[in-house]
Amino acid sequence: MFARLPPEAGDAVTLSIDGKACTARTNDTVAAALLASGLDHCRTTGVSGAPRAPYCMMGVCFDCLVTIDGIGNRQACLVPVREGMRVEVQRGKRELGR
Amino acid sequence: MSAGLAASYDVAVIGAGPAGLAAATTCANAGCATVLFDEGAMPGGQIYRSIEDTPLRERSVLGESYWRGRTLVESFRASGARYIAGATVWSLTRDREIGVSFDGGSALTYAKRVILCTGALERPFPIPGWTLPGVMTVGAAQTLLKSSGLVASGKTTLAGCGPLLWLLAAQYLRAHAKLEAILDTTARENRAHALPHALPFLFSSYVADGIALMREVKRQVRVISGVTSLRALGDRKVSAVAYRTGGEEKTLEVDNLFLHQGLIPNVNLAMAAGIAHRWDEAQLCWVPELDRDGNSNLEGVAIAGDGAGIAGGEAARWRGVLAGVAAVRAIGGNVASGDEQRARKELARTLRGRGFLDALYRPARNFRIPEGDTIVCRCEEVTAHEISATVALGCPGPNQMKAFLRCGMGPCQGRLCGVTVTELIAAARGVSPREIGYYRLRPPVKPITVAELAALPKSEAAIKAVTRS
Repeated sequence: MFARLPPEAGDAVTLSIDGKACTARTNDTVAAALLASGLDHCRTTGVSGAPRAPYCMMGVCFDCLVTIDGIGNRQACLVPVREGMRVEVQRGKRELGR
Repeated sequence: MSAGLAASYDVAVIGAGPAGLAAATTCANAGCATVLFDEGAMPGGQIYRSIEDTPLRERSVLGESYWRGRTLVESFRASGARYIAGATVWSLTRDREIGVSFDGGSALTYAKRVILCTGALERPFPIPGWTLPGVMTVGAAQTLLKSSGLVASGKTTLAGCGPLLWLLAAQYLRAHAKLEAILDTTARENRAHALPHALPFLFSSYVADGIALMREVKRQVRVISGVTSLRALGDRKVSAVAYRTGGEEKTLEVDNLFLHQGLIPNVNLAMAAGIAHRWDEAQLCWVPELDRDGNSNLEGVAIAGDGAGIAGGEAARWRGVLAGVAAVRAIGGNVASGDEQRARKELARTLRGRGFLDALYRPARNFRIPEGDTIVCRCEEVTAHEISATVALGCPGPNQMKAFLRCGMGPCQGRLCGVTVTELIAAARGVSPREIGYYRLRPPVKPITVAELAALPKSEAAIKAVTRS
């Protein structure tokens, strides 16, 4: 779990994570927003189905792959949050057409 | 999509950390048409991440070494260099054609000179359970702090060694975040090996800052030194860490475990482009073969910053200036010789003491060369035992290993397992990593969709190559 240091700077941005509304800050990447929301994993692996969460936060490990606005395999740590964004936990491999 | 990208530039710089910012500023100030591509949303790289927009108002939390990056970014912004953020460079050819993805599409451009400033990543730290949610790198925790003002809640322990671990610990404490313990894996024998390098270190820029930082942390947190093994435990997330000191294994409950075992150059783009690398036995990683201006074996392509060998943010800046100066001169521009001399002097100053840090924080074998069912390749979930057993079947190197086990073939393209696989095979065969080599890397060095590739404009030659006449 992660908590924000006061004062919480930056404007609030509302996005949805697996359909549930969640508030983030303008400076956040999607991965930061996921961790701040208390989500304990952001994907399950395609090989064994094991849960994974962001590991490197700098775009090299690919453990934060999620589906954003219907597009799979996005690196959550490299994508800034936007108002109305729909984020989904990616279960296994990226699905065809997503 | 990819709007406004010119067909060619004098200089293309890849990466907006200290090296890239300094290189691009030097080139643009000398009148070269310069473009800087960076994967981040804001300039600064990892070390100066979010320096223009961090939500942390209290300067003392991140410390003055962070805020020094401010002038670099300001000079860059004022230089007139074209800056493209959120841009992933996925290909660089010998003819210096650059494939880059941004704004949801890909584009190709060309530069007379290319300066790669792709920096470093944290050395893979393959311990049992390192893939569990709740385990992340020290650098990742620092990124969350810098860019979002987020600190871990619950029980947090840091494990490993290296300057960045102490820096994050100090930053957490200054932000009034709690740390349970630091599990220090610095091998006891390293101190003796570091001793011959102590004199230059004592006259280096690191010594005062470094010692003060460690004192600050040790006053407030329990530091358990001489840790020789680590296991992250938990079912679907980490719940404890088991560690061994002096033969006895103990456990600590944790909600968050942050790992760090130093940095290694991020070699993917450079290697895929065909730049020659060698195994560096002091830093235990692959480093490119470069001249004193950072020029590689590829005509017109240089590397600056930690991608040229780990030397820290200050050194990266001066290497960036030197690579920039060389690029400007190569295309007929002028830079005052005083600028070059100053950069060489400052670089020499910042490199002083590096040998001491390399020796002191040399990662122990146990944390580099795992055993048993410890996952080595996080993407394809390949274990240390599977790799050793496959060597025993006669598999000689990393590229054959890919065919047997798929290690290194996931989306991270070996970034998180490459050095481990090389060292594992080397250990199993009883030869040097130098003889084993590395994965053969190819573009695209980051995954892009077929649709993005297909949408690229095609040259006459490319169309003819696949058309029957």
